[in-house]
Amino acid sequence: MASSVLSLPSATPSASLSSYEINKGKLNLGNTSLCFNKEKTNPFIKTKSFGRISMVLTSNVSRFEGITMAPPDPILGVSEAFKADNHELKLNLGVGAYRTEELKPYVLNVVKKYLPIEGLAAFNKVTAELLFGADNPVIKKQRVATVQGLSGTGSLRLAAALIERYFPGAKVLISSPTWGNHKNIFNDAGVPWSEYRYYDPKTVGLDFEGMIADIKAASDGSFILLHGCAHNPTGIDPTPEQWGIIADVIQEKNHIPFFDIAYQGFASGSLDADAASVRMFVARGMEVIAAQSYSKNLGLYAERIGAINVVCSSPDAAGRVKSQLKRIARPMYSNPPVHGARIVANIVGDSALFKEWNAEMEMMAGRIKNVRHKLFDSLSSKDKSGKDWSFVLKQIGMFSFTGLNKVQCDNMTNKWHVYMTKDGRISLAGLSLAKCEYLADAIIDSYHNVS
Amino acid sequence: MASSVLSLASATPSASLYSHEINKGKLNLVNTSLCFNKEKTNPFIKTKSFGRISMVIASNVSRFEGITMAPPDPILGVSEAFKADNHELKLNLGVGAYRTEELQPYVLSVVKKADKLLLERGENREYLPIEGLAAFNKVTAELLFGADNAVIKQQRVATVQGLSGTGSLRLAAALIERYFSGAKLLISSPTWGNHKNIFNDARVPWSEYRYYDPKTVGLDFEGMIADIKAAPEGSFILLHGCAHNPTGIDPTPEQWGTIADIIQEKNHIPFFDIAYQGFASGSLDADAASVRMFVARGMEVIAAQSYSKNLGLYAERIGAINVVCSSPAAAARVKSQLKRIARPMYSNPPVHGARIVANVVGDPALFKEWNAEMEMMAGRIKNVRQKLFDSLSSKDKNGKDWSFVLKQIGMFSFTGLNKAQCDNMTNKWHIYMTKDGRISLAGLSLAKCEYLADAIIDSYHNVS
Repeated sequence: MASSVLSLPSATPSASLSSYEINKGKLNLGNTSLCFNKEKTNPFIKTKSFGRISMVLTSNVSRFEGITMAPPDPILGVSEAFKADNHELKLNLGVGAYRTEELKPYVLNVVKKYLPIEGLAAFNKVTAELLFGADNPVIKKQRVATVQGLSGTGSLRLAAALIERYFPGAKVLISSPTWGNHKNIFNDAGVPWSEYRYYDPKTVGLDFEGMIADIKAASDGSFILLHGCAHNPTGIDPTPEQWGIIADVIQEKNHIPFFDIAYQGFASGSLDADAASVRMFVARGMEVIAAQSYSKNLGLYAERIGAINVVCSSPDAAGRVKSQLKRIARPMYSNPPVHGARIVANIVGDSALFKEWNAEMEMMAGRIKNVRHKLFDSLSSKDKSGKDWSFVLKQIGMFSFTGLNKVQCDNMTNKWHVYMTKDGRISLAGLSLAKCEYLADAIIDSYHNVS
Repeated sequence: MASSVLSLASATPSASLYSHEINKGKLNLVNTSLCFNKEKTNPFIKTKSFGRISMVIASNVSRFEGITMAPPDPILGVSEAFKADNHELKLNLGVGAYRTEELQPYVLSVVKKADKLLLERGENREYLPIEGLAAFNKVTAELLFGADNAVIKQQRVATVQGLSGTGSLRLAAALIERYFSGAKLLISSPTWGNHKNIFNDARVPWSEYRYYDPKTVGLDFEGMIADIKAAPEGSFILLHGCAHNPTGIDPTPEQWGTIADIIQEKNHIPFFDIAYQGFASGSLDADAASVRMFVARGMEVIAAQSYSKNLGLYAERIGAINVVCSSPAAAARVKSQLKRIARPMYSNPPVHGARIVANVVGDPALFKEWNAEMEMMAGRIKNVRQKLFDSLSSKDKNGKDWSFVLKQIGMFSFTGLNKAQCDNMTNKWHIYMTKDGRISLAGLSLAKCEYLADAIIDSYHNVS
């Protein structure tokens, strides 16, 4: 490489090691503080003094010197570690992806039958109807702005960008804990966020009083990120009565509810029942943001199909909001992939297929409920300490928050070859009845013998 | 709606119309100035004085009051207008989407075959890794740089599957914003309409280098070189690898060499946008020559690819961002940070298009067939160019030189028509095109060339 540089007669034999990079990195520190409403340095730039160096060998030093290696993704990295493990009893309870009893990925029957023929409008129509109910007044009155998004993440990101642009300075409140990628999304979108209490480790349940207090304490007009059903990672959902109180407080404080619905159908097995929280808020006349994903409930993980919905108080507002969501999407990816949209539109739009889907949904959620029961039974019978494991039954959806801490989770992996996320979350979708006893042994050992 | 609010016993009967919105809008003005390196107000917020108003009827006023209607997209809006037109002679030369001689969309036969293979295999739809399908990333880099290219063998290319060209450009833009903050990007004047949006939203400051010369309807090479030279050291220079959009004007190989010289002198980073590989000359390899020239010189290069046009996979959103680095270690680090940008944007990319490309490029028989279809598609466009040129030359009695139609390359032709003339094209002749004078030859048939020639001659000579 050095020789090829020297042989270019027209090249000037000098180079500066991106000193501008460092200087401008420092300029950006000021920027970052304002953008994120926090005093912090730009975590991305490693500031080193390079200075200006004259070198003949320009091409040996990369412009990308200041770019460090990113840490492995905490959730997806688990699957990579699992793949590398050769132990025969290994179990992957990391990623929330539905598996059969044989622990194979499951391609829904309805999906295999279909060839794509529909367009995007058809998807947007059915996705809103699925969430709000086809006969919902907000749909009939055209008060919902719906835009197809890149699954849940992409849909959340569109809304985050809308918030950053039109509600600058407004904060998003997210549950503690929440899905790992929520913070990344709002950080990269430049939206400040803070947490509301949610998980109570003492009860392995909901800290409802803390949640309400924190939502009340937030400045008027904040955005409250709520999991519509099957909270990720805890599996702990508010009761209908609790949802009512949450809605009360949000209305009092003029907050905007922002639902993330990634598991419609996967919580109770019923698509309608799982939309109850969202529909309650909408029925009260509130303006609501709702992001949907079809990754889990239609198994379309890799197709990246979802939607962002904004329920507005008028069709005019909905029209304007939709236009601005499009304006955000265009410089991000121009237009969304059609393949998954066609599949969803076909299934939801065809009564026979839709019925079949409902049945498959019940089956998948049913398998998870059975696994919960088996795990609970195994834990209760094997654990002689009398610890109350009933939270496993009370929690809902793909995930269970075990209450295990990081060290205990490490024990799960290192000793038992059980892969899970370090926050104590296990994905029951990756568990078979056959493996429940093994898992119970592992959990009991980790809980009691490791601290 | 009012009644539903009143009936909620627990609701507090008051509301504030987003005063914070306005106040924080003003806070953000400072933010925006710093971010964009320009003195400007936040263009998105309509600042009105609302103040705090107590209302019983909370739900009548939307939080989204300050959100105005966005203007229609200048390119996609053309198609909408075309659809609404009922005239029998109407012609859509707006969007750059390849059409057959019968002006129908064209699904490549290799794509049909690859799709069938996918269905037969019943591939599951599990998440791809953040960086995309490995098989796709491998073949896409090989297609662009050449399978035997040293940079690939030495693992010096960071390749991440992106959401077609736009998504790939956006990942790179975000990388620039994060790691080269303050560095400027230079884009050609004119360039594809969405480039500015991408870099604006990614908060990368940009400026333009001269490119199109209306006097010659050709390349303003001296202006281009001067502007690239004048840019601060270490700027990013956005180049169209082949088939420049919207002009159709590409530098010659000699000119590319000079461009590379200047970029090296100024320590700039070349950033290629390759959306038409195969569509320019008909040869996938030949169309990659500019990129390969820069890489052969040992330069670090960014290159965004799209398979929207050349494989007709428009709606699948399949492309890639490649960063050629001086070492494998740098490439690995860059790849990791591109992933970190992608994760909060869409988590991982869609699989369908990636599998099709991997199948087509990875299978020698299908790849050969693709090469042939590529030649056929590019060939049709060349024929149409020739017919259009012949029609213009024979019909135009004023002796204007229309040879630029033949010199330009790829899907598009910059006609040199101004906005009023373009309006005439549409209003009088029902020919749809973009207001910058660009026509998409991919949407033109031999049969319609004479009609188009009449329209262009009329608009050029009779309208100003």
